[in-house]
Amino acid sequence: MLLVLVRRLGNVIPTLLAVIALVFLLFSVLPGSFISGMNEDGRSVIDPAVMERMRKEMGLDDPLYERFAKYVGKLATGDLGTSFRTREPVTKLIAVRVWPSLKLVFAAMAFAILVGVTLGFLAALKPGSLIDTVSMVTAISGLSLSQFWFGLMLMYLFALTLNWLPSFGYGDGGLRNLILPAIALGVGPMALLARTTRAAVLDVLNADFVRTARSKGMSERLVVKWHVLRNALVLVVTIVGLQFGSLMGQAVVVEKLFAWPGVGSLMVDSVFQRDMPAVQGCILMIVLFFLLINTLVDLAYVVIDPRIRYG
Amino acid sequence: MTAPLLKVDDLHITLEGDGASYNAVENVSFEIGRGDAFGLVGESGCGKSITALAVMGLLRRPLGIGKGRIVLDGEEIQNASAARLRELRGSKIGMIFQEPMTALNPLSPVGRQIAEMFVLHQSASWSEAMDRAEDALRQVRVPSPERRIRDFPHQLSGGMRQRVMIAIALACRPDLLIADEPTTALDVTVQAEIIDLMAELCAAKGTAILMISHDLGLVANMCRRVAVMYAGRIVESQGAEAIFATPRHPYTKGLVDSLPRLGERSKRGRQRLREISGVVPSIAAYPSGCRFNPRCPSVTDICRSAAPDVTALGDGLVRCHHHE
Repeated sequence: MLLVLVRRLGNVIPTLLAVIALVFLLFSVLPGSFISGMNEDGRSVIDPAVMERMRKEMGLDDPLYERFAKYVGKLATGDLGTSFRTREPVTKLIAVRVWPSLKLVFAAMAFAILVGVTLGFLAALKPGSLIDTVSMVTAISGLSLSQFWFGLMLMYLFALTLNWLPSFGYGDGGLRNLILPAIALGVGPMALLARTTRAAVLDVLNADFVRTARSKGMSERLVVKWHVLRNALVLVVTIVGLQFGSLMGQAVVVEKLFAWPGVGSLMVDSVFQRDMPAVQGCILMIVLFFLLINTLVDLAYVVIDPRIRYG
Repeated sequence: MTAPLLKVDDLHITLEGDGASYNAVENVSFEIGRGDAFGLVGESGCGKSITALAVMGLLRRPLGIGKGRIVLDGEEIQNASAARLRELRGSKIGMIFQEPMTALNPLSPVGRQIAEMFVLHQSASWSEAMDRAEDALRQVRVPSPERRIRDFPHQLSGGMRQRVMIAIALACRPDLLIADEPTTALDVTVQAEIIDLMAELCAAKGTAILMISHDLGLVANMCRRVAVMYAGRIVESQGAEAIFATPRHPYTKGLVDSLPRLGERSKRGRQRLREISGVVPSIAAYPSGCRFNPRCPSVTDICRSAAPDVTALGDGLVRCHHHE
């Protein structure tokens, strides 16, 4: 188990380096910069001399390889650079955003797993029944909804009309503020999980070893409990992992919509300000989260499926 | 004469599909005595496997029992409740399937999969059941069973897995063992071991065998009586030796002729192995008259217009207009 973990982490580092290089290069070939952006709206006119001094200060005129070397060197010591906008270390900016982001992502995933897997299971055990139809219609609607529109509808219904929950904001960080954004973010993965769980369970129910189990004289309930659940879980875990990992990146829209102080909304704000160090930091966070979740999924496989041995 | 252990009487299995209903199996009747071995032979798609599943009560839609009786040990089971069938399965009838690779749960240790039988049918505790699973593995001659009970199916070879299947099927000393192509997926060298093991264990426990195979040679070796199925009907049934010596139905003759024989080449020189031309018709397109007529070498007009009835001949029966 430990060996698996070490090996997986060994894969994480090269991936992370590749992402760092890619993001850095991407931003260096993009036209415009923080400084030119300040002039763009045409209202604030900055003295060219001041601009020149700022460019020097931020190191924007140095050659690309030099800036990259400096950036990576700093990263290695855990320094993500200084935000152009607030002049604060990016690590500090992100640090206050990470906890709300994680809270949102975990809550959304909990909702998706709880509702999605349950619906998928019930649908598969009684294919063609009312519950099958209802849950698959729910799933397809969930997949096709835009987060943005669905979020607005949730706000309209539960906040404005029913007045049950706050419409936006982080509040005191309690559950009440979390519910609506979590559902808005979790509805997509929920729908996907419902569909894949249904397919996975139906697949396993048709497997030869399930026929063997039936030939042993087992009740359908025990067949499911002893032989179907675990086998279906292998497939479900894959989807959970993929969805979970990309959820922090997907959260951008929902965080913006619900004014949720997460990494996603920080990233959007920073993009508009061309605050490169902050954007790079946010992307790194999102990628790191993705890689970590994937590593956890690989570990989960080893626990669930005895056929899988890494190394 | 004592009552047979299993009596299948005029069994029809229907297949619902495309708004129509077909008879996948028709007029199938046979009997198996206690401790007896009976073989059911035929090409793929002739209905032998679903006949076995019908006896197990494991037919699933779109297949179903249309007509006929299945009597196990004096009890009619074709309409038995699901709960009663569950009691019978495993405890009175055990079944071995064709694919040892996929017939075991890949995520469960083989010992546990055997132990389930004792927990289900003899209300044993898990620890007691695991001890008995170890004994069961020893009986099917899996080496070092005390270690193997913790192994997962992927850690065992095909032959070993089939031994595990036999251990599961025979765990509760059933009266009847249904073996559906038990050796088809195995190496030839392993086949003989598995067949011998099955025959030996069944003889020791007094378990009757219903052996299903496309391999006439294999079945005739193991069983006392053999029935040949073609396109959903039994076309001939005889004692195992007689079916080789005097096959009466042209289809059986074809099957016997298509078996390679040791020493044939030295006797008659190099010869092409004989085959039955054509393929089994699909269930929706059974020909009228005798279903074998498009492939039959001795077909005449009556074969195309009228389905032959069953004729009793000696201790067997044949379904052919031209059985001499």
